[in-house]
Amino acid sequence: MKIKEIQNEIVDEFSMFDDWMERYEYIIELGKKLPLIEEEYKNDSNLIKGCQSKVWLQGEQNDDKIVFTADSDAILTKGIIAILIRTFSNQSAIDIINADTDFIDEIGLKEHLSPTRANGLVSMIKNIKMYALAFDAKK
Amino acid sequence: MLDIQKIRSDFPILSQKVNGKPLVYFDNGATSQKPQVVIDAIAKYYQEINANIHRGVHTLSQLATDAYELSRNKIQNHINAKHSHEVLFTSGTTFGINLVTNGFATLLQPGDEVLVSALEHHSNIVPWQMLCERTGATLRVIPMNEEGELIMSEYDELLSNKTKIVTVNHISNALGIINPIKYMIDKAHEVGAAVLIDGAQAVPHLKPDVQALNCDFYVFSGHKMCGPTGTGILYGKEEWLNKLPPYQGGGEMIKEVSFEKTTYAELPHKFEAGTPNIAGGIVLGTAIDFMNEVGFTNIQEQELELLAYGTEKLLEIEGLRIFGTSKDKTSVISFNIEGIHPYDIGTIIDKLGIAVRTGHHCAQPIMNFYGIPGTIRASFSFYNTKEEIDSLVAAVRKAQMMLS
Repeated sequence: MKIKEIQNEIVDEFSMFDDWMERYEYIIELGKKLPLIEEEYKNDSNLIKGCQSKVWLQGEQNDDKIVFTADSDAILTKGIIAILIRTFSNQSAIDIINADTDFIDEIGLKEHLSPTRANGLVSMIKNIKMYALAFDAKK
Repeated sequence: MLDIQKIRSDFPILSQKVNGKPLVYFDNGATSQKPQVVIDAIAKYYQEINANIHRGVHTLSQLATDAYELSRNKIQNHINAKHSHEVLFTSGTTFGINLVTNGFATLLQPGDEVLVSALEHHSNIVPWQMLCERTGATLRVIPMNEEGELIMSEYDELLSNKTKIVTVNHISNALGIINPIKYMIDKAHEVGAAVLIDGAQAVPHLKPDVQALNCDFYVFSGHKMCGPTGTGILYGKEEWLNKLPPYQGGGEMIKEVSFEKTTYAELPHKFEAGTPNIAGGIVLGTAIDFMNEVGFTNIQEQELELLAYGTEKLLEIEGLRIFGTSKDKTSVISFNIEGIHPYDIGTIIDKLGIAVRTGHHCAQPIMNFYGIPGTIRASFSFYNTKEEIDSLVAAVRKAQMMLS
């Protein structure tokens, strides 16, 4: 599935929730289910240090796609990571470069991607794009 | 006894709703809310007497200058400084500390030692590290124990004739611990070292007496004590302020200027270059008047009651641990819940209208000491209530339920 299609799917899923609490409970569930990053990749070079929570991100090339795994020490951050991984992982470099994250506003999680939030997520998206740029340049 | 409802009605922001819930403001350690008199005084200054100070013969300039200097005198009385020129207006605690560290760059040599406590905010660590880098002096750390208290026997050991200055906060921002500063000041003086006290977290709760303490410098911010942001005070003993070079050059701080040589103004102007935050300086005086009217005895009584009640109620939550368990504490409760990240709790209780600080509180060494990423810090002010603590406890329980 293309990134945009996945994002629309996520927006649909979130439209079922009536209030913030249901949304958050869902994010917490996603966070708990997120496959953990391999312990060997949970190292300092993959660490994005937010002021509030830490994020680890590892990207690998799989044919013409990039596969991302990630983790965080905070569960809400981890839940949002799960959403971001679902959209960006297993996509081509060029699609990742051209994608946006506007759907996060639509599902009512805008504040979590605010640059002043300092939870590591904004840097994570930047790093996802950097991976894509780097892989694309190697082609 | 304070009439809390009456006091609360003085603070317009407290009747606000946040995320559809009544605001419970427990981030007073970061900044306090402002009473109507302070908000009005800012507008009044701009509406009635706005002019630059110290330079004009015209009436408005004179009125503004008088108001500014009157505020300086109020602050002098409030902290019991010997002279009004020992009271310097700054933009806040951080500026005050940097002014002193910059001055000490001319006084320190390799081999000299600076003692800093393990309980400090980054703003009372980093400027001293920069000073040591510049001068070759050595930074040494006064360690803390599990209760969050500085270990005085270790402090005594660290002091020597190499010690040139000791810097410590009056009250810790991350844990709320009240440090034994009188003892520390006396001990430092025995070896001839100067002492800077970071009073940022103390002035909202108590009235420091700088002469009784006999500290050499005492710095604080206005915005934590009902005053405007961007205001602060550096108190320095006259002899020390004369010894230190000016921090910033500019207008207002000079006696005479020529391209060959400039001579500096007398205290306090030597350290007050440029047009200051005139409105802020004046209104800081208004804020101090307000706090004195409420009365520091009343403030302490209310806050200690909240501290005792909050501690008891929070500890009823399973898996909750409080950091900073010394009996010498102000109304700050820094805590975590086993297995849950403080960021998650903070985010969820914000949705329930509760404002707390989460994270390392700009005091990473303390978090490293406990081996935690951060804490949730609820800091109470005299305008807070037990009902608000009940809301906090209920919100934390709800967050815990959602997150485990």
